[in-house]
Amino acid sequence: MTTTLTLNGQSISVDADPAALLVNVLRDDLSLTGTHIGCDTSQCGACNVLLDGEPVKACTMLLAQAEGREVTTVEGLAEGGQLHPMQAAFKEAHGLQCGFCTPGMVMAGIGIARRHGGDPGEDVVAHELEGNLCRCTGYVNIVKAIRAGARDMGAGA
Amino acid sequence: MNLSRPSRVADAVSAAGAGGDVAYLAGGHTLIPAMKARLRDPEGLVDLSGLDELKGMSVEDAEGGRRLWIGAMTRHRDVAEGADAIPALQHMATLIGDPQVRNRGTLGGSLANNDPASDYPAAVLALQAEIETDRATHRAEDFFQGMFFTALEEGELIKRVGFRIPARAAYAKFRHPASRYALSGVFVAEIGPGIWRVAVTGSGQEGVFRWPQAEEALANGADISTVAAPDASLMSSDIHASPEYRAHLCTVMLAKAVGEIK
Repeated sequence: MTTTLTLNGQSISVDADPAALLVNVLRDDLSLTGTHIGCDTSQCGACNVLLDGEPVKACTMLLAQAEGREVTTVEGLAEGGQLHPMQAAFKEAHGLQCGFCTPGMVMAGIGIARRHGGDPGEDVVAHELEGNLCRCTGYVNIVKAIRAGARDMGAGA
Repeated sequence: MNLSRPSRVADAVSAAGAGGDVAYLAGGHTLIPAMKARLRDPEGLVDLSGLDELKGMSVEDAEGGRRLWIGAMTRHRDVAEGADAIPALQHMATLIGDPQVRNRGTLGGSLANNDPASDYPAAVLALQAEIETDRATHRAEDFFQGMFFTALEEGELIKRVGFRIPARAAYAKFRHPASRYALSGVFVAEIGPGIWRVAVTGSGQEGVFRWPQAEEALANGADISTVAAPDASLMSSDIHASPEYRAHLCTVMLAKAVGEIK
């Protein structure tokens, strides 16, 4: 059975089990391994992708639920060799150590910027990261990175 | 796996009734984890995401007071942002899961699964909600029938839920830090002059329950700290919390909710 969706800006048809988890299809069928599997229990946020521009957990979504929708993974954020402002901010603010949680954090950060605009407070960002686990950084630089990324994205980006 | 994606309620119901073990798929945030854990293994899925008629909110006048009706496919995020007719319900929605979960999870999916630690059952019971389906209207009192069981028949589909708009209400929740589910969640509402309802989720062995002693204390204007904890022998027990601890948490969340009543 074929599922048709827009993935990282390109319309594609995927010939895979529609009841497979989206995260597994992305990684195993489409070789987009930037989306990570951390807990597989909807808790850690390492598998966050954008669905129609909003962060969702790809481990808690079936391929079938992406039919006709727009999915963006971390591989689809950079444009023309230019990092997305949220990615650039993570690099600049050293918002990562081992990097495992980073793709999901970047997606969550984009969601925060889109809902709270270009100047989310430290407490807002910290609270909004309730669905993302990082075991290295202590979160301080992640929060800094997301605030900087939100600023650079500008309101409504 | 058999999959259908109807765009009308009638088509969804007939797809579900076509035979075999067919499950409705709303946001999937209870069903999919249950499928991963092999607690559910449906032969078919009916994806409800195309049922636009089940999305959105409206306030309607009715006998006994106004109600806020919320479509079953309305996401937690939309309730958090838009249900301003009942601020306590909005606040409750902001406490479900995390932003990513709230972008997917729905009211109808939550209620149909009746997870004993989910938040909506407390609001439904405290706000004397009506649950309208393709074939019946259920009263909140009759709807929840123990952990993961509801009054829904095979193939019955929730269309919308009508919450009574209370004079005042609040919800307080002690959540499990990883799963964000309630170890105790207490919804307190004054649904008519001097008429209080208190419903508790996350703690009872049989799922959500009303707490008559707390309701009485609020109606009488008594000191809320004098309300005794619920009977620990009726509380659930797991690796995260003993029955006694859950019973105690209920009193703490009750006091917190009462303190936040607006």
